[in-house]
Amino acid sequence: MDISSLNAKSRMAIPQMDMPSQDPKVRAHNQEEVALGYSPVAAQVEAQRCLDCKNKPCVQGCPVGIDIPRFVKLAGEGKFQEAVDTIKESSLLPAICGRVCPQEVQCMAKCTVGKGLKDPMKSVAIGRIERFLADWERNRGAVQTPQCKPDTGKKVAIVGSGPAGLTAAADLRKQGHQVTVFEAFHKAGGVMIYGIPEFRLPKQIVEQEVANLRSMGVDFHMNYLVGRTNTIEALMTKEGFDAVFIGSGAGLPRFMSIPGENLIGVFSANEYLTRANLMKAYDKNHVDTPIYDSHKVAVLGGGNVAMDAARMALRLGAEQVNVIYRRTRQEMPARAEEIEHAMEEGINFHFLANPVEILGDDKGHVKAIKCQKYELGEPDSSGRRRPMPIEGSDFLLDMDTVIPALGNVANPLIRQTTNDLEVNKWGNIVVDEDNRTSIKGVYAGGDIVLGAATVILAMGEGRRAAAAIDKDFREKN
Amino acid sequence: MNKIIEKQQLTDGVFRMTFESPLIASNRKAGQFLIIQLDKDYGERIPLTIADADAQKGTVTIIFQTVGKTTSDLSLLEPGDSIENVLGPLGTPTHIGKVGTVVCVGGGIGVAPLHPIVQAYKQAGNRVITIIGARNKNLLIMKEEMSRWSDELIICTDDGSYGRKALVTEPLKALCEEGAVDEVVAIGPPIMMKFCAETTRPFQVKTTVSLNTIMVDGTGMCGGCRVTVDNKIKFVCVDGPEFDGHLVDFDNMMLRQQSYKKQETKANHQCVIDKQAELLQKRDH
Repeated sequence: MDISSLNAKSRMAIPQMDMPSQDPKVRAHNQEEVALGYSPVAAQVEAQRCLDCKNKPCVQGCPVGIDIPRFVKLAGEGKFQEAVDTIKESSLLPAICGRVCPQEVQCMAKCTVGKGLKDPMKSVAIGRIERFLADWERNRGAVQTPQCKPDTGKKVAIVGSGPAGLTAAADLRKQGHQVTVFEAFHKAGGVMIYGIPEFRLPKQIVEQEVANLRSMGVDFHMNYLVGRTNTIEALMTKEGFDAVFIGSGAGLPRFMSIPGENLIGVFSANEYLTRANLMKAYDKNHVDTPIYDSHKVAVLGGGNVAMDAARMALRLGAEQVNVIYRRTRQEMPARAEEIEHAMEEGINFHFLANPVEILGDDKGHVKAIKCQKYELGEPDSSGRRRPMPIEGSDFLLDMDTVIPALGNVANPLIRQTTNDLEVNKWGNIVVDEDNRTSIKGVYAGGDIVLGAATVILAMGEGRRAAAAIDKDFREKN
Repeated sequence: MNKIIEKQQLTDGVFRMTFESPLIASNRKAGQFLIIQLDKDYGERIPLTIADADAQKGTVTIIFQTVGKTTSDLSLLEPGDSIENVLGPLGTPTHIGKVGTVVCVGGGIGVAPLHPIVQAYKQAGNRVITIIGARNKNLLIMKEEMSRWSDELIICTDDGSYGRKALVTEPLKALCEEGAVDEVVAIGPPIMMKFCAETTRPFQVKTTVSLNTIMVDGTGMCGGCRVTVDNKIKFVCVDGPEFDGHLVDFDNMMLRQQSYKKQETKANHQCVIDKQAELLQKRDH
């Protein structure tokens, strides 16, 4: 059959290709990736569902504006290399974004097929095709080191090796600038290494991306905390950097300010996930970093970090894991696929509930959590219905571990050690539309500017800042 | 990177180690610490204070006690070996001003982090009285260094095997009663810092303590090191490690330090077994 002859109606009739995944009962006890990815045939068939809309609504939904219909069409024709090359014109980390982007609120939310079927989840599975193409290329060892322009003699310091920093580093290096990435941890990748677990994003993929940057000539300086090991000012005056990009993220965890938060057994999701992912505490026979022996776990919050922490706790051997969220499933900011996976794995969800106190035993260990029931009231300024507590509705759940995953705020270190750096009342760095800060030669992007957001938004910021740095260098000359 | 230049055993289980780290050596200030990791894949990250540094030579000195697996492994490294990962300097530096008479109190291994602080207070033109204490004579460290930077040095041991047979709080209280103390800095085991703070509280003498909590990253991103200070949550790695001793909830801090006791005991036990096996193997060959 000549696939190019398919009309819109027959394309709409193709059911969305399922992506195979590990059996929930098995995967709940291992760190292996849950979603196994499309086969070449499945990717090609899924791509046939695309209607190749003239106005390309999906592209508007992509924060970095990937030419989605073009790469999907090429994928449908089996031209996988051309397809992945198309993605890379706009996005550097397709293997990562295909896995972690919340496509249902981005590209898939705008897809005509999904609109027709009245469900963004039934849209063309753009992320899965993107992921397939990136994996296909990587597994064949076909990833090419991008060409870099001749040396410009300009030096740029990148603070932080998360998605914003890595994107800015790659773009600047391609323009021929000398790039050094300063990272506080001993491994590069930011949240992609310490936060997002193996079962959602294999670390080998992140390591591969970092290796690609190294092969382009990007320097990585690990164990270097900008603000302490050296200040931004020292990087510019003493170390001779012509520009600095701050992509240090929003790493500081929020706590709830409720009684019992300092009991033994209460861990921020950042701490729990850092121990598990970066420090590999799940590998109990080999590692030195301990992780708490948990049996009944309460995770507080409804974002991706909450899902990751809950599913990690299960994999580390907890018998019962509960997610406590004060709104309903519809309002959960986590990726739809991860919520589904968590439910399949047997995580309990307590919606419309909020903790008011953590109770401890006589040795100071968590023994229970007291929650209050909520109902949804009028929509607030963000359009989400405001959760309202119901008086006298308190209930107790027996727990030995509580993991708040309530979001992060900007780390204060850089603003405290950098004079004249303008920040807003939440401590996020203030930038102009090209990501320039209040200090000449200093740019910022990603969560340190946006507050906690997504990998792809951070990449978009890194890209915009890199373009501005490059432009400012040229204009100065 | 981080090549060990010198190693010396000070007392039973206490080592002084000097390694190359030019950036940390030139940028560190009194009161700051490091995070050390011996193996990037499986090693844990542990905080250690900077006991001394030489900006000219580009070297940093740590003094540590072998209390568990990682510190034991660290003590087995020799000059010429390197420490795989060293992050620092971390934490907010001590606020050193010219205030008059400062009493610096150090207990056990806490004398090491106290050393740069004593030095800085002296260099800022203060009259510095230093009190150091240990369980017994063999556990006393850095007597000479402390004496060099102090106008007066008082040494106490629990068993009276050296100096006064007293707890450090006794001379501290006496000095407060004399009325000539403007500031106190106390570093040592939490229980010692707690009682130093209780000793100075009635005299309303500003008392700074340096907290040593469980840490993972040391950069403010996890909150594993959190303590309650003045009823607010503070992160020791970023807001500290030094705080007003009169406002710290020491009881909760001491409780939280026990969080991983079970696993630590097991790791240490395993580590002792491994070492014995290693020794036996060496003997066999």
